[in-house]
Amino acid sequence: MSSLLHVNDVSVSFDGFKAINGLSFVVGTPELRAIIGPNGAGKTTMMDIITGKTRPDSGDVLWGEGGVSLLKMSESQIAQIGIGRKFQRPTVFGAQTVRDNLRLALKKDRSPLAVLRFTGTDEDEDRIIEISREIGLAEALDRSAGALSHGQKQWLEIGMLLAQDPQLLLVDEPAAGMTPQEREHTTELLNLAAESRAVVVVEHDMEFIRRLECRVTVLHEGAVLSEGTIDHVTRNQEVIDVYLGR
Amino acid sequence: MTALDTARPRRRSFLIDNPSVMIFIAALGVFTVVATVLSEGFGVGLLSTSLVKTLGKTLCLCMIAIAMDLVWGYCGILSLGHFAFFGLGGYMIGMWLMYARTETIVIESLANAPLPPTEQEIIDAIGVQIFGVVGSSDFPWIWAFADSLAIQLALVVLVPGLLALVFGWLAFRSRVTGVYLSILTQAMTLALSLYLFQNDSGLRGNNGLSGLQNLPGLDETPQSIVSIWFLWASALALALTYLFAAWLVSGKFGSVVQAIRDDEARVRFLGYPVEGFKLFVFTLTAVIAGIAGALYYPQAGIINPAELAPIASIYLAVWVAIGGRGRLYGAVIGAAVVSLLSTWFTGGRAPDIPLGFYTVQWVDWWQVLLGIGFVCVTLFAPKGLGGLVDLFVDTKRLAQRRPETSAAELASPRPQPSEN
Amino acid sequence: MSDGAFMISPRWRWFGVACSALFFVLAFTATGAAQSIGPVQAILQEHRAVLEKSSRKTVGPVIDALGDSGLERAPLVLEAWQARNLYQRTEDGLFFIGEERGGTNRLIDVDSGDDVGEITRDTAKQLRPNGGVRRVIGSALVRFQLNAPDPADREAALQAIDRNPEEVHLAALGASIDAESDPTLRSRKQRMLRLLEIRFEKDEAARVAAIESFRGDIGVDVRAALNPLVATRLEVVAGEPPVTRNVARVLAPGSAELPRDVAYSALVDAGLATARIDREAIKSALVANIVDGSVGGALVAELDTDAARDAAYAQLANDGLAPRALSEADVDQALSAHTFFLSYSERSSAVTEAAEAVLSSINLSLGAAQGADLLLDGLSLASIYFLAAIGLAITFGVMGVINMAHGEFIMMGAYTGYVVQLFVPDYTLSLIIALPLAFAVTFGAGVALERTVIRWLYHRPLETLLATFGVSIALQQLAKNIFGTQARPLTAPDWLDGAMVINDVVSISYIRIAIFVLALLFLALFLLIMKRTRLGLEVRAVTQNPKMAASMGINPDRINMLTFGFGSGIAGVAGVAIGLFAQVTSELGQQYIVQSFMTVVVGGVGNIWGALAGATMIGGLQKAIEWLNPSNTLAAQTYMILFVILFIQFRPRGMIALTGRAAEA
Repeated sequence: MSSLLHVNDVSVSFDGFKAINGLSFVVGTPELRAIIGPNGAGKTTMMDIITGKTRPDSGDVLWGEGGVSLLKMSESQIAQIGIGRKFQRPTVFGAQTVRDNLRLALKKDRSPLAVLRFTGTDEDEDRIIEISREIGLAEALDRSAGALSHGQKQWLEIGMLLAQDPQLLLVDEPAAGMTPQEREHTTELLNLAAESRAVVVVEHDMEFIRRLECRVTVLHEGAVLSEGTIDHVTRNQEVIDVYLGR
Repeated sequence: MTALDTARPRRRSFLIDNPSVMIFIAALGVFTVVATVLSEGFGVGLLSTSLVKTLGKTLCLCMIAIAMDLVWGYCGILSLGHFAFFGLGGYMIGMWLMYARTETIVIESLANAPLPPTEQEIIDAIGVQIFGVVGSSDFPWIWAFADSLAIQLALVVLVPGLLALVFGWLAFRSRVTGVYLSILTQAMTLALSLYLFQNDSGLRGNNGLSGLQNLPGLDETPQSIVSIWFLWASALALALTYLFAAWLVSGKFGSVVQAIRDDEARVRFLGYPVEGFKLFVFTLTAVIAGIAGALYYPQAGIINPAELAPIASIYLAVWVAIGGRGRLYGAVIGAAVVSLLSTWFTGGRAPDIPLGFYTVQWVDWWQVLLGIGFVCVTLFAPKGLGGLVDLFVDTKRLAQRRPETSAAELASPRPQPSEN
Repeated sequence: MSDGAFMISPRWRWFGVACSALFFVLAFTATGAAQSIGPVQAILQEHRAVLEKSSRKTVGPVIDALGDSGLERAPLVLEAWQARNLYQRTEDGLFFIGEERGGTNRLIDVDSGDDVGEITRDTAKQLRPNGGVRRVIGSALVRFQLNAPDPADREAALQAIDRNPEEVHLAALGASIDAESDPTLRSRKQRMLRLLEIRFEKDEAARVAAIESFRGDIGVDVRAALNPLVATRLEVVAGEPPVTRNVARVLAPGSAELPRDVAYSALVDAGLATARIDREAIKSALVANIVDGSVGGALVAELDTDAARDAAYAQLANDGLAPRALSEADVDQALSAHTFFLSYSERSSAVTEAAEAVLSSINLSLGAAQGADLLLDGLSLASIYFLAAIGLAITFGVMGVINMAHGEFIMMGAYTGYVVQLFVPDYTLSLIIALPLAFAVTFGAGVALERTVIRWLYHRPLETLLATFGVSIALQQLAKNIFGTQARPLTAPDWLDGAMVINDVVSISYIRIAIFVLALLFLALFLLIMKRTRLGLEVRAVTQNPKMAASMGINPDRINMLTFGFGSGIAGVAGVAIGLFAQVTSELGQQYIVQSFMTVVVGGVGNIWGALAGATMIGGLQKAIEWLNPSNTLAAQTYMILFVILFIQFRPRGMIALTGRAAEA
C-alpha cells in the first residue's frame, strides 16, 4: 500500500468560524477508509477542499507519488487526475437515460472538441453494460435516470464513479435513506471498489462503518480526533464524549 | 424489459435515430418549393414579393431560434444577447452591400466628369454618400475591408464569434451563472446597441445601414427574383443548421451539455471542463446567429441599432419558450408562429373585435395578449407548443425506444448548489 | 481721467444748465406765454434741434445735461425717450411724455406730470430715436439707476452693466459706491467696478491690480472679463515680430500647434506667398485645357491617377498654360523666411501676463469646483439609481426573485402621479397624495403579481425572469393603450423648481436634493423595518432559513407576498420621483431597469448596503465618464456597462458580498 493523498495542516474558516482547523491525514492505495464525525465536524468541507470546490486558507493537499499540489487545480482538473466524488444527495442526470449517465462518466478525453468527435466504441458499450450489471441496473439501462428509486440513484452514482475509474473515491453518506438490503449491496460495492483503489467513505452511521471493516478517522471541530480500527476509536474516551455528549 | 435490452445497442445512423430531422427537412423542402411555385418571381404570383421576404426572414428567425435553443434549452444559459450577434452579422454584410452599391452609383455619376476619377476621388465620394448623414465623410477604420465581399463574409462569422468568445470567457471564467448571466448578457447587448446609436460609432448611428435589399451588380434583377434567391438561401441555411444542431445534441456532446444544464457542479466533478463547453456552445450559437442575421437583413433592407436592443433578444427567448425549449423543432415552431403572428397582428391586417363599448384593435392589444400568453405558457405549459407533438408521437413510438422524462423534471432542473 | 476732473465737470455743466433754464423761463415769461416752462422742459428746449433730429454722435450733450441736472423727473424723460414715448407738440414745439389714460393717449407735462391734452396726428409728433441713440440713453439711465432710492433699481442697474459693460459706467459706478447703503449691493458694486477696471481702466498698474484681485475667483463674469485679454491670433511677418505687438508665443511651422499646411495658408492669407496648386486647382486647370481628348501631352482617359495628373500639369506649366506648381523646397523657403507668432490683441504685456497668471489660478479653483459639482451630480444620479434599485434589491436580493416588471412598476408610479395631478391641480398637494397612492397602487400590483405568477415559480429563477418579462410587455402596452405614446407631464411644485446655487460652477436642483432626501428616507425606512419590526425579523428569518422559519409559526407565503409588495411599492414611489424630472412615457421603466440590475449586481445581492454601494458606484462612474467625454452620454453608458462586466470578473458577488457559508445558505 502506497500513499496517495496527503492532507497537510489544512485550515479554512468562514466568517470567522473555523470549519477546518489544522487537519492532516494520509490516505493510501488500495485502501478503504471511513471518516466519521458529528455534524459540523468538517467532513463535507474537507471533501470540498480535496475536490477543489473550496480553497483552504492555509495548508496543502498533495496528490500521488510526485506530490502534486491540488490547490492550484480546478474541480474538473482534479476529477481528471483521478479523484471521484459521490454526493450525499444522489445527483444523477434525471433527464437522461442510465446508459447516457454512465457514458458521461466513462474515462475518456474530457475536452469539448474530443467530446464532439466522440463516437462510442464497442468496448465502451461493453464496459457500460458490465458496470450496469455490477450496480444492478442492467435491466434499467434505457430508462430515464430520473425515474429510478432513491437507492437505485445512489447505485447509479456509484456506477458512474466506477466508470470514471478514479484512483481515489470520495463517498459522502452512501447509505443515507437506504433499506437494509440496499445497504448490504452498497457495502459490497464499496468493498469491491476498494480492492484496486482508495475509497474514502464519509459517514456518521457507526453501524454502517462497522460493516465496512476498515480503518476509521474521527473528525471533530475540523481536526483529527482519533484514528485506527473501529474498535480502537470507539474505545477512545474523547470520541465517546464527542458522540454522546459530555 | 427483455434481456435483449441489456445488449449493446446497434449503432445506427443518427438520421434514423432522429426521425424528426428528416421530417423537418422534408417539410422545409416542401415549404420552399410551394413558396417558389406561388411566388411572383418564379411562379404563379399568388405570394407577393413582400410576403416572400417575410417568409424568408422568418426562416432566418427560426435559425437564430435554433441557436437560442441550443444555448438555453440544451445548455441552460439564458442568453439575452443573441440578437446582438444576429445584428452584428447583419451589419457586417450590410457594410459590403452598402459600400459596393454606393460604389456602383458613384462610378456611374462620375463617369461623365471631364477627367476620369482617381481611386481616391471615388473613395471620397463614397464616403460622402454613406457618412454624409452623420456629418462626416471619412471612412472609419472598421470599414477597411468593406470593399471585399470575401472578408466581410468572414467577418459575419468572426465578429459575433469573437465577441461571444471574449464575453463568454470573461463571464464563464468568473462562474457567473443563472439570472446573473442573463442580466450580464442583457447589459452587453445594451452596451452594444447604445454604442451603435452614437453617430461616431462608424456605422451611421441611428440611421443604420439601408438599401441592403439591392444587390450590387444586379440592378437589373427585380426584387421578386432576389427575394426567392434569399428564400432558398435561408431555407438551405436553416436546414443545415437544423441538421448540425440535431447531430450535436444527439451525441455525447449533447449529453454533456444537457448535464451541464441540469447540474453544472456535478459535471465539473465528473472532470469535464464545464466553462469550455459553455464557451463552445455560446460562441457556436453566436456564429449561427451572425449568419442568420447576415441572411435576414438583406431581405429586411435596413438595419439600425434598435434591432439590437435588449428587448429583441428577450423576444427570442419568448419564441423559444412558447415553441418549447430543449427540442429543436419547438424552437422553430415558436419562432415561426409567434413572429408571423406578430407581423399579422401588428401589421393591422387582423380584424378588430367590436365589443360594443370598446373595439379591440390588435395593433394595440397584440403585445398585451403576447405578454399574458407568455406568462401562461411559462406557468402552465413549460414544454410549450412542442409539447403538443408529444401528445401524438410520444405515446406511439418514442416511448418504446426512449422513455421521455416527466414534464416536471424537464421544467424544473434541480436548483444547483452554487445558486442556493 | 482723474477723479478730480470728473468731480468738477458736472458742476460746471449744472451751472450752465441752470443758467440756460433760467434764460428760457425768462424768455417765455417775457413773451407772455400762458404756460410756464419747467426746468426739464427748459433743458429739452435748449437742445431742441438735437432732439428733433437725433443721432448717436449728437445726443451726448442733452443726455449729459439731463443726467447731470439732478432733477427728479429727468430720468423719466430719458426713459420715455428711449421707449419712443416722447412727443413734441406741433403748436409750440414743447416736449411731452406720452401716456395712455382712459383709453386715449395723452400728452403729459415733463415737469409737472399734468395731463395737457390728447395725442393726435395733428397735435403732436412722436420722437423716433434710432437704435444707437437708444443705447446711449440706456447707458445714461444706468447711471441714474445706480443711485436710485429703490435697491431693486440699483440691482437692475448692476445687471444692465453686467450685460453690456461700457466705459462710461466706470466713472458712474465708482461715484455711486460711497453713497451705497446696502452692504450686499455695495460689495457687488465694488466687484463690478473691478471688472470694469479690467476692461476700461487706462492706468496699467490699476488694471493689473484689478486683475490680480480676482485670483482664484471662479465667477463666470471674471472669466468673461479676462478671456478677451488673453485671446490671441496667429500673425506672420517677415523677419522679427514688430515691437508694437504683444507677442504671446512664437510658433515653429510644422509643429503640432502649427502644421505646415496651416502655416503656409496663413502666409498666403497675409499676402506674403502665392497659393499652392492643390488637387482641385490641377484638376480644373487640366479640364480647362483639354484639347481633342488630351491635355498636357496625355490622353484624358489616362488621367485617373494623381501621378498622371501631376505629370500632365507639369507639362501644362512648361507650355506656359498654367502657373508653375510650387515645390516643397519653395514652401520651406517661404516658411523659414517668416516668423509665425500668436499675438494678444491687448497691447500691454503686463496686463496679459497678469491675466494669464490669474486665469491659470482660476482654472485650478475651477477644476476643484467642477470636481465638487461632479460629485454632487454623481450623488444625485446615485440616489436615483438607488431609489430605482432598492425595490429590486429587496425582491432580487432578499427573495431571490428577479422581477423584469420592476421597471413597469416604476412607470406605474409615475403615471399614478400624473393621474393624481389631473384631479388635484395643486402641485404640492397632489405630490403629497401621489407618493403614498403610488406606493399603494404598486404594492397592490406587486402582491397581485406575486400571488398569481411568482409564487408558482420559486426556485426557478430563469422562469421567473421570463414570466415577469411577459408581464412587463403586457403592462407596457397597456400603459400605451391607456395613456397614449406621447410623454405626459408630471409637474413639480414651485418650491422644487430652481436650483441651489453655491457658485457659478457648483449648483444642484432642488428636485435632485429632494430625491436624495427621499433615497435617504427609504434607506432609513428599510433599515427600520428590517431591524426593528416583527415583519423585518420574520423576513430575515424566511430569507435565511425558510423551513426553520415555517416551523416556528412564520407563514413564508405571507412574508414573501409582503416583501414583494414592499419592494414593488418602493418602485412606485421611485416612479413619482423620477417622473418629476423625466418624461413620463410607457417606456420610462425600461430606461432604468438595466441600470437597476447593474446596481444590484455590482453592489452585491441580498444586502441594502450593497444596493447603496452599487448605486453610488454606478452613478458616480457614469458621471465621471460623462465628464471625461462630455459630448456623449451614450458612450458613457456603454463604457459604464463594459466596466460592470469587467468588475464582475473580479468581484462576482458584488462589492458588499456575503462570504462563506452565509453566501451559500
